[in-house]
This record gives sequence, C-alpha cells and structure tokens, in this order.
Amino acid sequence: MDKKITIYINSKEYKVSPNQTIMQAADHLGFHIPRLCYHPKLSIEGACRVCIVEVEGMRNFVASCAYPVSDGMKIHTNTQELRRARRDIVELLVDNHPMDCHTCERDGNCELQRLASSMGIRARHFVGQRKQYGRDLSGQAVIRDPDKCILCGRCVRMCSEIQQVHNLTQAHRGFDTVVMPAYNMPMAESVCTACGQCINVCPTAAFLEKNYTQELFEKLNDPNLIKVAQFAPSVRAAIGEAFGLEAGHNMEGQLVAALRKLGFNYVFDTQFSADLTIMEEATEFLERIQNKGKLPMITSCSSAWMKCMEQFYPDLIENISTCKSPMSMQSALAKTFFAQKIGVDPKKIFSVAAMCCTAKKYEAARPELDVEGMRATDIVVTTREIAWMIKSAGIDFLNIEPETQDHPIGMSSGAGVIFGTTGGVMEASIRTAYELYTGQTLVDIEVESIRGLKGIKEGKVVMDGQEIRVAVAHGLGNACKLLDVVRKDPGRYHFVEIMGCPGGCVGGGGQPYAGVNSIPLDEDALMKRAEALYSIDRAKTIRRSYDNPDIQKLYKEYLQRPGSPIAHKLLHTHYKQKFPQGIIPKEALK
Amino acid sequence: MVEMAQEKMDELRTFIAACMQKEYSDSYLIAVLHKAQELFGYLPVEVMDEVAQRMNIPTAHLWGVATFYHYFNLKPIGKYVISVCLGTACYVKGATEVLEAIKRELGVEIGQTTADNLFTLHEARCLGACGIAPVIMINDKIYGELDAKKVVALINQYRKTAQVA
Amino acid sequence: MPEVHYKITLCDGTSCIRKQSKQIHQILDQELRKRNLKEVVSVHLSGCLGMCAKGPILIINPGYVMYGNITEADIPEIVESHLVHDTPVARLMVEENHLYNRFFRIFGDVDFFGKQMRITLRNCGIIDPENIDDYLSVRGYEALAKVLTDMKPEQVVSEVKKSGLRGRGGAGFPTGMKWEFTAKQPAGEKYVICNADEGDPGAFMDRSAIEGDPHTVLEGMIIGGYAVGSSRGVVYIRAEYPLAIKRLEKAIAAAREHGFLGQNILGSNFSFDIEIRLGAGAFVCGEETALIHSIEGSRGMPRPRPPFPAVSGLFGRPTLINNVETWANIPVIILDGGEWFSGIGTQGSKGTKVFALAGKVRNTGLVEVPMGTTLREIVFDIGGGIPNGRKFKAVQTGGPSGGCLPEPYLDTPIDYESLAKAGSIMGSGGMIVIDEDSCMVNIARFFIEFTQSESCGKCAPCREGTRRMLEILTRITEGKGCPEDIDKLERLGAMIKKSSLCGLGQSAPNPILSTIKNFREEYEEHVNQKKCRAGVCAAMLSYTINDNCVGCGACKRACPVNAIDGTRKEKHHIDPNKCIKCGQCYSVCKFSAVAKA
Repeated sequence: MDKKITIYINSKEYKVSPNQTIMQAADHLGFHIPRLCYHPKLSIEGACRVCIVEVEGMRNFVASCAYPVSDGMKIHTNTQELRRARRDIVELLVDNHPMDCHTCERDGNCELQRLASSMGIRARHFVGQRKQYGRDLSGQAVIRDPDKCILCGRCVRMCSEIQQVHNLTQAHRGFDTVVMPAYNMPMAESVCTACGQCINVCPTAAFLEKNYTQELFEKLNDPNLIKVAQFAPSVRAAIGEAFGLEAGHNMEGQLVAALRKLGFNYVFDTQFSADLTIMEEATEFLERIQNKGKLPMITSCSSAWMKCMEQFYPDLIENISTCKSPMSMQSALAKTFFAQKIGVDPKKIFSVAAMCCTAKKYEAARPELDVEGMRATDIVVTTREIAWMIKSAGIDFLNIEPETQDHPIGMSSGAGVIFGTTGGVMEASIRTAYELYTGQTLVDIEVESIRGLKGIKEGKVVMDGQEIRVAVAHGLGNACKLLDVVRKDPGRYHFVEIMGCPGGCVGGGGQPYAGVNSIPLDEDALMKRAEALYSIDRAKTIRRSYDNPDIQKLYKEYLQRPGSPIAHKLLHTHYKQKFPQGIIPKEALK
Repeated sequence: MVEMAQEKMDELRTFIAACMQKEYSDSYLIAVLHKAQELFGYLPVEVMDEVAQRMNIPTAHLWGVATFYHYFNLKPIGKYVISVCLGTACYVKGATEVLEAIKRELGVEIGQTTADNLFTLHEARCLGACGIAPVIMINDKIYGELDAKKVVALINQYRKTAQVA
Repeated sequence: MPEVHYKITLCDGTSCIRKQSKQIHQILDQELRKRNLKEVVSVHLSGCLGMCAKGPILIINPGYVMYGNITEADIPEIVESHLVHDTPVARLMVEENHLYNRFFRIFGDVDFFGKQMRITLRNCGIIDPENIDDYLSVRGYEALAKVLTDMKPEQVVSEVKKSGLRGRGGAGFPTGMKWEFTAKQPAGEKYVICNADEGDPGAFMDRSAIEGDPHTVLEGMIIGGYAVGSSRGVVYIRAEYPLAIKRLEKAIAAAREHGFLGQNILGSNFSFDIEIRLGAGAFVCGEETALIHSIEGSRGMPRPRPPFPAVSGLFGRPTLINNVETWANIPVIILDGGEWFSGIGTQGSKGTKVFALAGKVRNTGLVEVPMGTTLREIVFDIGGGIPNGRKFKAVQTGGPSGGCLPEPYLDTPIDYESLAKAGSIMGSGGMIVIDEDSCMVNIARFFIEFTQSESCGKCAPCREGTRRMLEILTRITEGKGCPEDIDKLERLGAMIKKSSLCGLGQSAPNPILSTIKNFREEYEEHVNQKKCRAGVCAAMLSYTINDNCVGCGACKRACPVNAIDGTRKEKHHIDPNKCIKCGQCYSVCKFSAVAKA
C-alpha cells in the first residue's frame, strides 16, 4: 500500500495515493473536472485543455489528466479565471463547428453540446472562418463528417491503440488538421474494418453509422413485401439504455412486440441461427480434429474481424471457419427454407437485421453471401437506429406488453444467447462439441476462464482424454496480438474465438451512446450487458444448441445434417485476400 | 523514363533496407521520405505505399507524417522551386513586394506550378540570410537584396537557361 | 593623410570603468596630443574584454600587446616607450590565454567586432570549418581530453553548474541543473540531443555557429554525454540548412577518424557517437517534446510534461537536450573554468549571448555580447543606429515569442529577468530593429500569422485561438476593426498564454500583447479612426498626387488598373475608386509627387 500524500484542492486538505494524476485524484474525491479528449482506456493527449486546473507555483494552467500529484500540491479547480478560460476554449471549438444541432444525429446526446451548456456559453465572441471539408458517405457502414470534428483525437487513438487497425490519422497541421484515412481516400477504399468503435468514442457526430431508417420505414409500409426481422443477442441487453434505463436490462419481449408494431410480419431471432452456427461450426471443428485439418480453427461471426483478417492476416484464411455469421445464416434461411415453408416467392421476403454492430452493414453487402441470386440480408440497422425508429413511431417501448418470437427460426437455447459477449461463442461451441464428440454431458457448462474483460483469455477442455486448448480475444488489437502468437506457434491452440469489439458484441459499434454519467467503452456497462445475457442463459431450460427443438426440426426437414451439401450451400462461405489502398501484395514488393 | 523510375526505386529500396537494419528502425521514416523526395522531387502515392510496407509502418501514420511537415511535396513540382523568404527581416525590407512581383510575372499563387512546369512558388520562413534581405531561394541558390524589378530579371535569366538546356 | 601606425583599444566594460578607465582615456588623449601622435594613433573603446581581474586593460596593435592593471601614471611611459620608441613596457604587460580572445586579436580593430565578446563564435571566421586540424590548432578537443583524463562526470556537472550557464534556446533553464537531473537517472541507454532546429524567423545564430565551427558543438556534446552517462548523441537540424548539414557531416566523419567519436575515445572507457537527424519544415519541432517525437518518426507534436525529457525522452529514455549555442559554450567552460565564465554577465544571467541583429539598422549580423549589455548599446553602438535618418521605434527580441520594446526600454540590460520584466523575452536571440516606417499592428499580425501557420494543431487554444487573433488583426489592418477587438485580443491572448500545451502557444500572443501595451494608440487609431500612422496598412491609405508632379506619366504607365489620368506635362490624378493601393506609382515616381496618407 503506497504511503499517502497530502494535497489541497480548493483550499481543503486531502490525503491521496501518490502515482496518480490530478484528475484521477479529483475523480476519487468527487470533484468533477470537465474533460473532452481524455479517456481512461486511451493514451493521454492533454490536447483539449478543457480539464485545465491551477496549481500554485505554476505560471500557467496544467492539464489535470496528465499532471501527477505530489506531496503538498495546492490545486484549484474552479477559479473564475479557470471557468472563463474553459468557457472560451469550448467556445472556440463551437465556433469552428456547424451550427446545426437541430438537424444533427447527436442532438441531445452530444458531448460538445453538454460541455457548451455546462460552461454557460450564451454569446459567441470569436466567430471566424469555419472548416468546410464535406462528408465522406462512401462507407457502407461508417460515414465521416470532418466538419463536426473537434480534433479530440479519440478516434485515432481508438483505431490505432486499441483496435490496431491504424486506419485513421490526423493529417496536415494547425488549423487545417483533419482526421482522415491515408491520402484522404474514401472510407470504402480504406483498411477500415467498419467496427464502429470510432463512432462509440466520438464526442460529436463526426463519425456516424450509415443510416437506413428512412429506407426501412418505406419498406415497412410496402404491403407487397413480407418483412422479417431478426435481432442480435446484444441488442436486447442494451436497447433499454436508449430509453433511459441503466445498462443490463433484458428487453427481449418488448423488442419483439415493438418490431411487430413497427410493421414486421415475422419477428425471428439471431439467437436461433447462433444455435445453428454452433451446430455447423462444432461439426466443422470436430472434423478438423479427426481428419487432422487446419488448426487452430478461428471463428468467423465478427464481420469487422473478417475484413481485418482478409487484409492483414490472409495467411490464416484456411484456419477460418467457413461458417457464415448467424445473421447471414438467418437471412439465407429466411429466403429459402422459410419462404418455402410459407409458400411465398423468396423475392418478396425483405430481411432486416437489428444489430449491435456496424460492420454487419458491410457484411450484408458482401456478394459471397448472396443466396439464389438475391441479397440475403436486405437492411442492417444498429441498436441506435432501431431505438430511434421505435421512438419515432410513437411506440411506448418501456410499457409495451412483451411478446415472443415466431417459429420456425426464432427460438433459441442459452448457448445462442451468450454469443453476444466475449467468450460466449467459444463457450457455446464447447457445450455442443464436447457432447457431440464424447457423447457425454458436459457438467461444468459455464466455462469461467474464458469469461470477463481480460483482452486475451485461455482455457482448456479435456474431451475423451484429448486436451483441447482454446483462446479468446476481443478487440481487434488483442486479436492481432493473439494471431501473431498463432502464426509463430500454430500448435498452441485448437480453437480461437475472435470478436472485433472490446467486450465482444455487447460493446459493438452500433450500441447506444454512453449517457450523461458514463463514458464510452465503460467497462461497468459492458459487464452489465454481458451479465444480462448470462442471466437469460441461466434462466433457460434448454441451454445447448442441439437441444433446441426448432434446430432439430430444421435439420430433419431441410438441412439433413450439419455439413451437408445444402448446409454448405446456404450456411457456409469463403474468403479471399483484400487489397485496400496502401496494402501491396507481397509478390509486388520484391 | 520507366527505367529511370525503376533505378530510383531501387536506390530508395536499398536506403530503406539499410535503415531497417538499425535500432528503432521506424524512426527513420522522415529520413526515408527525405530520400524519396530527393529522388523523385516529391512523394508519389506508389512510393509512399511501398515505404509503408517495407518499413512496417501503417500507411495512415505515414500520411500523417508526410502532411505534417511542410518540406515534403505531395504534388509534383517545377524545375525551379522559388522560395520567397517572408521572415521578419525580409518582411520589414519589402519581401511582399517581391512576392507580388513574382506572382504577377509567373501567374501563379503560392503552392502552384507554372503551366510549363518550369517554376513552383513557395513561401519560406526565414532562410537565415537576414543580412541581405529581402531574400529568395531558387532551388539551392540564395539571391538577396532584391526588389520587384530585379526579381523579374532573375526569373527571365532562368527562363533563358531552361531554353538553352 | 599619414597612415595610422598604432591602434589602441581600451576596454570600456563596467569593471574597467569603475577602475578609472575613463580617466585613463583622458590622459591618453592628452599624451598623444602632446606628442603630436593623434594622427597616427587611433584609440577605440571595446566592449568588456572579460579580463576584469586585470583591468583596466589597454591593448596596442599591431603586435597585440596587452597592458593590464594600468593606472593613469603609467600612460606617459607607455606612450613614450611603446609608441615613440617601438619598445613595449615589459613590466606592465599581461598574458591572457582565454579561448575566445583569439578572435579579438584578429578582428578587434573592426568597430563592429571590437565591441563584442565572442565566446560562442570565437572560431567563426578564423578557422576553416571543414578542417579539423584548424580546430585542433585553437585548442580544439583539449577540453574533451581534460574531461576524460582529469575529471569525473560529477565534476563536469559541477563545473557547468558553477558557470551559471542557462539554456540558450530561449527558456533559459539552468544548464547545470538539467545535466544533473539527467545524470541522476539510472544508468543505461541515455541520449544527448543538440537542438539545431533554429526556426525563429530572423534568427541565424545556430546556423552560423555550425557552419563556422561545427567541432565546438560536437565537443560540447561529447563532454555532455560523458557527464550524464550517455553514449548516443543526436543533432536534430532543420533541413533548410544544407551547408550546415554538410559541414556537420564532415566534422563528424573527421572526429571519428581522429578518435574523438566512437569507441574508447582517447583511450578511455568512454564511447560516444553522434547521428544527424533532419527536420522537415516545422517550427514547432524546436520544442523539446515535439523534437523528440520528430526524431521518433512521428508528427512533431508536443506532449504534456511531466514526464520531462531528462526522465523520459527519446524512445522513452533519459535525454539531455540543449541548444547549439549552449553546447558551444561547454569547451570554454571546461578550459577557462566555470568560475571565470560566471564572472561575465549579470547576477542571474552569466556568460554572453549571440543576437541576430537585423531590420532597420546600419550594421546587421551576429552580435555576441556579455549579458547585461543594454539594448541601446547593441542597437546604436554596435548596430550603428537607424539608417536614412529615420527614427527608432521599437526593438523586437525573442522572435515570434517575444515582445516589442519601445524607446523607454532601450536601457534595459539584456538578461533573462530584465527582458521578461520589460514584457519581452530573451528567446533564441533574434533582435529586429523597427523604425517609424513600420506599423506595429501590422508587425503583430505578421508574427501571429507565422505562429498560426506553424501551430501543430493539437490543442484548441493555440489551434483555434491564434487563428481568431489573426482574423481580428487582419480585419484591423484592413480598416474593418471595431472597438471591442482590442479587448478581445487581450482576452484571447491571456487565455492562450495560460492554457496552451506548449511554448509555441504559450508565447504566441506575446507580440500582440506587448504591442497593445506599448503602442495602444496605434491600435486605437486603426480601429477608431481607420488610420495607419506608419503608412503601411494599404487598405487605410490613400494615394494622391501633389504639386510636385511634372506630368512625366511614369505612374500612369505603372498603374496595373489604369486608375491614373493625366496628359503629358500636366499634373496627373489618381481615381480613388479604382486605386487598389498597390503602391507602384509611389515607387516609380522620381519627383516625390505621390503622397501616401
């Protein structure tokens, strides 16, 4: 235990631990110092100068996020001069920002707006030239609006330090600084994996997902279409936050009801196809084990991870499971098996997915995922978008009577639920693989060692005397670290789960924005959302994918068995190396 | 033409390989970009891509560095680069008149190249020759104590040289 | 006219004056007149020669004979024996071996140089910078040898502390203390950096020092490396200095060849080598942490401190960064002693400082004087005053980070504290003289335009705030200012100074705030009366043709917009609506017939 030191904040004495910054000490003591570029998970910039405080003996103000406390330090956090300086600094940011709050996506939920309001900016003294770069709407999933950027640098740090995709940089200098991909190329041509974490950390609307709500409203009003919906596990665990609830409320029933009220003819559940994915993937895994196929096998449900892999780890393509993601499996079935079942022309089926994920918008557009010449998933909307649609349609989401999903592709086991959190896919797979392989029941169905928010987790299961070593990584940065190990030591693991977002899908790029009292990537919120999913799992009577009666029916009636030719046709895909600008094929480098 | 570019690329590749042998190899990015500009006159996109790959540096990071430092040209430049010093001493001694005269004579703004690809106009911040202000630099040569008339005569001299060559 | 046979230099430094040098001057004058030697003997006053213990000093050339501790009584004997009979007076002669004195011996008779005290620049102009043997012949690398054979690292640090040397890059941090911090860090990989990114417009001290005497900088760095426990040196030099780079490369190669760089230097256990890294056109890279990031291959953006470079710098290792001029002083301090060095200058600012004197002054160039010399002495005595009969208006020190000091401040002594108190800074040594033909508002705008374009863009106060200040100043110079503008400039300036992340932002408002403080009437005239008294801000000028006009038509031909009308031999007329105020007519008129107001 460090010996405590004495500091003074606003003339009162406090004893605090050394080895921390003024901001950390103040936070612990309950003094809130306003801030903008600071984030506990990202490196310290000290750039915004909003968190400045006065330290006696220093001629100038210091950034409290960076300045360490020392014994005897006298700090003032709220003098008139400081308040005025902070106010002027925020005004300078506002003066170089479009004045269109009313028509902005983040109206009411924008950190700049909140800061300006809390600083009491009621007059604008320093109006001058404003930047005008125009928006980049090329991306299928993530769009950029540099005019709204206040250069906090969070997105660059997120993309480089945590996701390690390094797509973004601050370019040029001074007043002309802009955040952009290399060469200012359109996002669609860049190495962007569409993970959407930049949107999560952005304090303004400089990054947004591509919005399909208007188009969806139109389709929902089209009587000639059969509108089918699916929604990811993580959506039900987080959508409540968009309606003012704390993180971790399971709103599954309400969401099903709301989707029906919006106009969907059938409301299914991605958790069903999560179960399906387990069936196919566990079978694929066991085949590789038995026939000495390519190991370790690496999961493929994270679309951001898929793009990342095709760009940076193409040598591991053969390791990737050929299974499509649950969303794409679901949509494929909707337009084949389900269309057949209700006797409808597949072209009339309009398949919509409500996802916690932005990369799924990119995935839906991949031509390899088409079925019978049609696009499988027609529209993907994020949790944020569907929440807005529900509000916009005047649906009383919090008080609506919960409903249940439709058969035949809407029911799920507990294994399907936990797909949304890091370690969940692996745990679900183990539950089935073990029992398929050994024929025995897995007693310890919850695999603790691969749960939780540690970046890279390891575990092992002994199946009939054979030790199966597994690893789980969440966040693309951790994924890259893990895969560098796999490249060097391919025998180290048998099965690897990768989720592109920190925390897994519960932390996806499409989840509700952090509220007034929390920060993006708040670990507490992630844990609460994950816990919601684990509780749903625990509450279910059926907890293994192959116990799901609708899954059994699907195979009996249509797919025959996992890995069958028809299963391969509809539920499996292939990958190939991608060369966005800036990545040169190795042969060309010689 | 293509062979010359190939030769230059090879020279750059050798330079990069030497840097990669050193400790903290990615810190040599700026030195490599200097070399690339020395060889090509500016930083073409293909060259930047290759530098990024060979040095294991993300292209976005390289772009951030290349655009930060004003010394690096991201567009091709003319045969003669005219840098007009606008440092304090030159400013006080009439550098703006010299600059305006050049602009009028060549018909370009700062950062632009003449249509015949002969001259590119830049402004510079203090070339350190304050004693002979106002000063301009054409490629590596410094010319001092100029005025509007003298600088036009100088430009015409260069035009003549280019014609003869 | 008879030739001058002898040249006498009397030291006019403070110490010598106190010891009656003025009276000695008088007696000397009398004696020369008595013997009819006034025409063949010239007498000059020099700046402090730094030999205060032996003062009053009198030097007679040719032959460079130095007389010390002289009294009035000695003068007749000196004149009679030395000047008339060509026999120096042995008992009054003193030996003086300080390093820097060699320059004085050669150039001391030139007024401009004679009034300076060249320690940093002691070899510039005397040795061939591309020939290491020349450097060796002026005791080059002798300091290094002394350090490696006779001194422990702590002793070297102690000597530098004793000297009182402060960082010459501008911040003026006590050099010895910085060395001590770095030396204290745990042993291992450490770096020594020379900041040669001299980016202040109007400053060329570092360039000249490196071009003229690169080895002294290298020697200083090697000694620094020894003192703090580092074996790796880096010179970060701006790419716009190709000659300096070439000379540095040559010097490093020669030093290696001679065993002053590399493994086991001069047979000791100490190894040190130096690498050159180029800048690429970013003024902000003169800031320590930005410089470090630039060497690391990133955008040159500063970061908050602590941690300071001494603790965590280049590649996260303890790093000692000093400016070129600081390094150049080290060999002198080692050989002539820290105590001797601390005898020069003032209480708080020891040694000499190099200034790049430029602007509206007769003699421009590098001026190295002891701290404590006044601005007046530099501008008028050494600089020769304002040319063309114009009046002095202000002197700008410290480059774009400094302030403009008007006439009342001319007697300010040059030292860190006095200049700061006067509202400016020492900075790296830029000193621009401004006369009545310059507009202070425009000058302020010029400086903020520079700092604005060099802002790295990381922190909001500097990135956005300096742009807004520039916009306000531009409007004012275009005649579109409003009364609140001056208050806004002061408000923004004060906030930017206190809130910015690095020194660039913290000092960017200085020229504006100091000109508002010292020349407020000019601002008010611009804003309230739309008048520019210096006749510089074009938008507020009107050009008219007066009765001096002879109708030659030169202006009419020169006008780019055909705004001038008139027939030959008749008074011409400028149409104010067409006039774009380019000033061409004013410059071509040979009859002073065009008036600017």
